[in-house]
Parts: sequence; structure tokens; C-alpha cells
Amino acid sequence: MQLDDLYQEVILDHYRHPRCSGELAEGEALVDEENPLCGDHLKLAAHIAGDKLTGVKIQCQGCAICTASASMMAEAVNDLPLADIRKKSAAFLAVLRGERAASEEELGDLVALRGVAEFPLRVKCATMPWHALEAALKRLTP
Amino acid sequence: MSFEPLKLRADFPALGRVFDDGRRLVYLDNAATTQKPRDVLKATRRYYEESAGNVHRAVHRLAAEATGLYEEARQKIAAFIGAPSPKQIVFTHGATEGINLVAHGWARKFLNAGDELLVTEMEHHSNLIPWQQAARAKGATLRLVPVLADGTLDREAFRRLLTPRVKLLAVTHASNVLGTINPIAELIREAHAAGARVLVDGAQSVPHLPLNVAALDADFLVFSGHKMLGPTGIGVLYAKPELLDAMDPLLTGGEMISRVWDDHATWAEPPQKFEAGTPHIAGAIGLGAAVDYLAKLGHDALRQHELALTAYALEKLGAVPDLKIFGRAPERLGVVSFALEGVHPHDVAQFLDRDGLAIRAGHMCAQPLLRRLGVPAVSRASFYLYNDRDDVDRLAAALLAVRKFFHAT
Repeated sequence: MQLDDLYQEVILDHYRHPRCSGELAEGEALVDEENPLCGDHLKLAAHIAGDKLTGVKIQCQGCAICTASASMMAEAVNDLPLADIRKKSAAFLAVLRGERAASEEELGDLVALRGVAEFPLRVKCATMPWHALEAALKRLTP
Repeated sequence: MSFEPLKLRADFPALGRVFDDGRRLVYLDNAATTQKPRDVLKATRRYYEESAGNVHRAVHRLAAEATGLYEEARQKIAAFIGAPSPKQIVFTHGATEGINLVAHGWARKFLNAGDELLVTEMEHHSNLIPWQQAARAKGATLRLVPVLADGTLDREAFRRLLTPRVKLLAVTHASNVLGTINPIAELIREAHAAGARVLVDGAQSVPHLPLNVAALDADFLVFSGHKMLGPTGIGVLYAKPELLDAMDPLLTGGEMISRVWDDHATWAEPPQKFEAGTPHIAGAIGLGAAVDYLAKLGHDALRQHELALTAYALEKLGAVPDLKIFGRAPERLGVVSFALEGVHPHDVAQFLDRDGLAIRAGHMCAQPLLRRLGVPAVSRASFYLYNDRDDVDRLAAALLAVRKFFHAT
């Protein structure tokens, strides 16, 4: 595994130009996650319309992997039915834990992050946005 | 003695490590932990292979040897820091335990509601959180001495905050982030004049600076063995005899008692009073060997070496575009924290690791300080006796390569 495979162009692009990104005011965010090991910080806002999650907005202060993962996640789950999001989340986390191979059909652009699984110390960088999303879904669908 | 880091490097097995791509390890995370010389490894190994008895108990010869080696280590360490007596050296698992011992055994016993504790904004979490907890438990107030833009303490604010209400000043001798060496002798003098006791966190300073705890008149001094060539899991609390007598133990049980009845017990004399249970005997012996190694090199020679290397590093890193260095104190350690514009410290560290360089990235266990610096994380290179200019050149070259990668498009 080369570092260039970890820091692929698509990941760097999301890092430099994060999608669905912006400042979130006090009280606007559903979750406010911090990685105590590195100080990375992520806030997430979203709401539910019908059976879909919409209006996903993320404020992320983190490394390239964390920021890109948050951006790619926001793009992947915005306006998606909740059931599909849960499937995608489970699939992504299983790939990052090294439990299964990545399928492009299932994950789409997110497959670019599969290489992170080979850097155990960085797995949490890529998974933090998804854990924040899971926490947000719990709050939205008690 | 003049310094030859290349020769010294041969004493450290881990520094001979070469990665798959043929690059040798450049170890620049010494403020976190240091590598161990053969003498230290041999001393701990010899204990386990030949003299692995328990201390202060049995009469068989293994126990006698173990006790002798353990107490000999205590004597070496006492001499190394200028402690008047080895009885003032309490073995702990590290600086963190030493501070907690004082926070529980002394502060919680003697603090009253309305008293104040003074720390600084540049403390490691280990010299902050125990005082937050002690203050909360006793209704005391914790105050922080601010850090100025150049990374030195705000001495005027310090004097203002040093009221008669302050019972203890807990201050680091040197910052693990900024590299700043605090004017510890003056701080102690002023605190004593105001009637406060002083705990010195020597985790960063004892491994690098000549220090005489009696001349400084510190009330408490803590440090960790693994940051000064010793094993992990061993550290020291030094304190004045009257304070050790007055303090309560943090841990109770075997080895720390004088007499035990059904419903109560009396304590052994210090330092045994604070060393309940079987201690880290091999660790203490290893730390004794580490102290021998450092004493042989000489603290003044080590200091000169690190000063020259740090000046060189500041010059080389200063020439890397878009790189900001945190802390410009005139008196400093070989600790250089920095940020590369547009690249997160974790990504910097990941690229440096590929190139065989070990540095630290993150909040450095100093979140309040980083908040004041206005950054969530920094990268840090920290030097020791086995580092040389070639290591610094490798660091600067690797940083230029990271910058190029991230700024390419």
C-alpha cells in the first residue's frame, strides 16, 4: 500500500473542496463529535422528509481523510431513504474494519476510502463522520 | 566531552532499524518517549534473569539482590537530581502518578474552601486535571497563569495571581509543546515569598537540563523514566521530608505499613509509605542504569548539543514555506511544534512516517494551550542526544515534499 493510494486525487479534491459543508450555528447541529486522540471536530445537521434524509450539512475540522470522508458521506447520503443509508453505513464501516471487500456497486465513490483500512491508526479518521451520522439518525428517529 | 550522536546511536538497538525501503528510522518523538540504550535493557534483563526476587521481604539471596539493586537505583536518582536523601525519592509509575499522589495525599488533605491553586496555560493535562479535581473536591479555586505570544509565561499576571490565598503553584519546568523553559528558580522564590508550595513538573526538563532540586528549593518534583532513556511504567516523586511525612498515601496495602491491626494500621516511613504493593523493580533498576548513562555523558554537554541542534532546526524549518513555528522563547528545549499551512498535522505525520521519520501530531495533551494558540492540533519534532543535523535535514526535506504534494493542485 502506497501513500498515494491512500491520498487519492478524489480524496484530496473532497478535502480541498468539501461538499455540503458550512458553518453550523449553536443549536443547529444534531451531533457534535470530537476525536479526543487528535482533536478532530465534526458537527452535523440534517432533517427527515418522508422516508429520506435531506439537508445534510457538515462542519468539519480535521485531517484530509476525515474531511474527505465527511464530504463524500454527505454527498452519498443526502436525499437517500433512511433504509438505504443504514445499509450503506453498515457496508462502509465493515469495509473499513477490514471485515469484507469493498464493492463499488454498493459504495459508489466511497470505495476510494477502502485503502484507509490498511492504516489502522487512521481508520477512526474515516469512520468518525459515519458514527456522527448514526448518532444523528438515532436522534431523528427515536 | 564532545558529542558524537552517530556513535551514541550505536548504543540504541531500535535506532539501528531500517525500513523495507532501505530508509533508516529518524526518531524525533523524544518528548513523548525516548529510545533505550543497551545498558538499560541489560540491567532490566539481568534482574529478571538472575535476581528476580521481591524487595524488602524475604531473606533469600535473590530478594537481597533485588532489594540492593532497587535501593541502589533510588540512590543514583537522588544523586542525579541533587536530592539530599534517597528517602525523598518515591517510585511511581510516572509523572502522572506523582502529581496525582500530591493532589490526593497533600492537596486534598490540606486545602480548604476558598484556597487557590495556581497552574499555567502551558501545562500538560497531567498537571491540570488532578488540580481541577482537587479544587472541585475541596471548594478551592484553580487559576491559570497566561502564556504570552512568544510562548513565555506572563510574569506580571503571575505576580498578580500569586495572592496569599494560593496554597500551591503547580508548574511545568519546560513546555512539551512550546519548548519554553520556565524561569523555575524565580517562580519558586516568588511563590515561596507569597507562602505557596511549589510542585515542579520535570517530565520534559529532567531528561535534558542540569537540575539540582535542593538548590531550586522545589517542594515537589515529578518526572517519568521513559522520557530519559529508562523503561516505561517507572517515575519519581521527589518531595521535602516534612511534606512526605505530612502527606497521606494514595495506595494502601502491603509494603507500605508499619503495624496492622484488625481495624486500623500505621504507615511505614517514607518512601515506603507511598510504595504499596510490589513495585516496578525492573523499571527502577533500568531507570538507575539510564541515570548512569546520562551522568556519564554529562548534562552540560547534552544541553550544548541540544541547543546547537535546536538552533539548526529552527533555521531549517524556518526556511520551509508556509510553515509556522509555535513558541519563540529565548530559553528553550529541543522541542519544535509547527503547522504547515493547508495540511493537517496528522497528514504531515503520515507522510513523514512513510519517509521513516517519527514525529508527533495532535493536541499534545495540552488542549487549553492549543485553544489559545488557535489550532486544534500541531506537529512536533523533539530531539535528544542521538539526533544530529542529518536528522534535521531529513525532516526539512520531508516537509518540503509534503507541502509539494498537498499544494500541487
